[in-house]
Amino acid sequence: MSFSQQEIRNEFLKSKMGIAGIFILSTLIIISMVAIIAIPSETFSEWNNPSNWISYPKVAIPGWVNLFLIEKIPEHKIMNDPIKKMESSESVSTISHQFVFNFDYDDFPNDFIYEFSAEYAGSPLLEILVIRPDGVQLEILSTSLPNSDLITTHTERIFSTDELIKKKLFLQSEYFNFPVDNLSAEDIVFSKTDIHYPLKGNYVYMINLYGVNSQNQIPESKLIVGGKAFGIMGTDELRRDLAIGLLWGTPLALFIGIVVAIASVVMGLLYGVYAGYKGKKTDEVMMRFNDVIYALPALPFLIILSVTISNSIFVMIGFLTIFGWVGVAKVSRSMALQIKTRGYIDAAEMMGQRKSKIIIRHILPQLLPYAFASIAISVPAAITTEAGLSFLGLGDPSFPTWGQILHDANVYGAASRGLWWWILPPGIMIAITGLAFVFIGNALDVIVNPKLKR
Amino acid sequence: MALKKYVVTRLVTMFGVLMITLLLTISLVGSNMDTILKQGVVFQVRGEITADPSIANSFSSSEEFEEFVQNQIDQRIETLGLDEPWYSPQRIGLTMYKILLLDFGNATFLTSDSGSTDVREIILEKLPRTILLFTTATIIISVIGIFLGAFSGSKVGSVIDRITSSFAIISSSFPVWWIGMLMIFLFSFVYQIFPARATPSIPVSDPDYILSLLYHMTLPLITIVMIGFGAWAYLVRNFMVGIMQEDFITSKKVMGINRKKIIYKHALKNAAPPIVTILALSLSGSLGGAIITEAVFDWPGMGRLYFEAITVMDLPIIIGATYILTVFFLISIFIADLLYGYFDPRVRTGQ
Repeated sequence: MSFSQQEIRNEFLKSKMGIAGIFILSTLIIISMVAIIAIPSETFSEWNNPSNWISYPKVAIPGWVNLFLIEKIPEHKIMNDPIKKMESSESVSTISHQFVFNFDYDDFPNDFIYEFSAEYAGSPLLEILVIRPDGVQLEILSTSLPNSDLITTHTERIFSTDELIKKKLFLQSEYFNFPVDNLSAEDIVFSKTDIHYPLKGNYVYMINLYGVNSQNQIPESKLIVGGKAFGIMGTDELRRDLAIGLLWGTPLALFIGIVVAIASVVMGLLYGVYAGYKGKKTDEVMMRFNDVIYALPALPFLIILSVTISNSIFVMIGFLTIFGWVGVAKVSRSMALQIKTRGYIDAAEMMGQRKSKIIIRHILPQLLPYAFASIAISVPAAITTEAGLSFLGLGDPSFPTWGQILHDANVYGAASRGLWWWILPPGIMIAITGLAFVFIGNALDVIVNPKLKR
Repeated sequence: MALKKYVVTRLVTMFGVLMITLLLTISLVGSNMDTILKQGVVFQVRGEITADPSIANSFSSSEEFEEFVQNQIDQRIETLGLDEPWYSPQRIGLTMYKILLLDFGNATFLTSDSGSTDVREIILEKLPRTILLFTTATIIISVIGIFLGAFSGSKVGSVIDRITSSFAIISSSFPVWWIGMLMIFLFSFVYQIFPARATPSIPVSDPDYILSLLYHMTLPLITIVMIGFGAWAYLVRNFMVGIMQEDFITSKKVMGINRKKIIYKHALKNAAPPIVTILALSLSGSLGGAIITEAVFDWPGMGRLYFEAITVMDLPIIIGATYILTVFFLISIFIADLLYGYFDPRVRTGQ
């Protein structure tokens, strides 16, 4: 029953499972630190704000999938760093932004969007041209910006579905050996001239702003070539970058799991030891109360509590603790009952030591190995329960957890639509985090309960 | 005599727990319920009055009419006892008394498949389906678990033991509902064998309904069993490992009794009390866990009903379902206790 710290450490290091658990846990901690440092918390608090994700593609498959495919899926490109040039003669000033990118895929992009904000006076002319890998230069759009006498800022998003673009391209249909009237703009711009098939190579998008005023500027300029693949983890139906959600879920899951586990084990330990040591009426009353909590159906109550009181993550942690300490209290009570009968407790009592001191000095230290094992074992339960509640849509919307990602996946029918990248990673993360603690807990458990060892 | 006293104490405790649960549920949803009930009265009274145009015509001004309507509403609220707040002793007492007699009132939004709004009818319609799915699953899980566990517990360190143990540890950290989503992805998207939604599309009256229900049940059943039996096997294994080290087993081995007989007759019998207890608990525990699993598979049982009721805040159903779930939970704890006492003579004699 009693172990020295040294013994426990040695035994623990002998267990492969324990080491594996520690290894996974440290990896998760590193991921959490990377997430907290690399991704500003503003990005993460904007998780549920759709306008923040507007430049991202809808349900895009992870980009690395292309490595395994012969027919490459076009990747979503967001370019906001054009090559800028400025020319001005006496009467006309030209601002020119150039986006150069390599298009090396076997399918047409979804669309292209040019997003800009321009500062100007008068009514300058905006022209968009594309120089294709085969040397053909297509005019996409030339339009004048709304007239203004004073200096004004104009923000606009030009979509490839724009009617003007369609008309302009139709006028240049002589380049192509096939009818282009029913094709969308991106299907024409990115097509070979002889057959309707994507043309690979370097494309240059040129945006020219002609004006009489040399003070004209384009402070913001962004070209998006919409694709069906994006990033490391892909995106979901609401265009959110899943990598960010997954990364930020790590510190949150660890926080929830560890806080709930420690709080409930400490609570159960103190409660159980006190009841067991005091004995008699106190024990009876305390254990009846324990029975009452034990008999409450936890999940329905958690659901009612989160709906009626609050779904804040901190309140949730409290609720999870309320239902978590019961089992620990039962076991530590019976352990305290055993320890109580030992000679040295009698001796301490006879020497007139205070009861609180006997509990803290002589009983609690004996229970510490058990306490650590139960902390490790209760972490996965806390994480899965929180994930389950979030999955039902009862999670805290300001803290996107893995469970909430899965909730959205379920709402949008990701499983029956085959969007595996939306379902697999969050679940695997939940399972891996749980496994780390189960491994550590089991390794500790084997030390604490030598009967299991054989 | 001791057993009788034990049973009575347990029964009293259980009843106390049931009352506390009810009280907690009512106090959590009480204020919302008050508002909803009062709104219901307002609608009802206005509906009755506007249905009879002669009442409106008998008033000279609209203020007077409004006053009359308000009076009628107040009167109705008073006769229903809604003028007192929900936390007044009479109201709570009345509500709890009604619920004890399984009178849950009418649902606010949800209806049963046959269109009834009576909460008791709705629950009676959904409950058998949940029991069908989860009890079947628990029974399959426990049968596989007990035999696999007994087998690997008697051969500690063998390949099967290691596979069982690691499978148990790994499967316990996967949420069932997530595996459910994967199963839907695999078996209704990649290989289109089973339907993604578990609600049968044909009406209840159709003779093929049962068949269709069973077919729709397959995917959730496989999922629950797959995730559940590992933990069971591991549990039984650990009990067995302990028992196989006991002196009486060693002496039986020395006596030359057949190994299989030792494992399945003597050792398993001694491991029975905790196993039976856990079986009773997990039968009812599965009903609570059903909420999320049924939401994934869209299985038309209690869990989904509960979840739907929560989303639209249909309070009579929430209260009724919580009550039923608690009753089941308590009954199974009680049975587990009794069984434990039956199997373990130390408890029976009150030592």
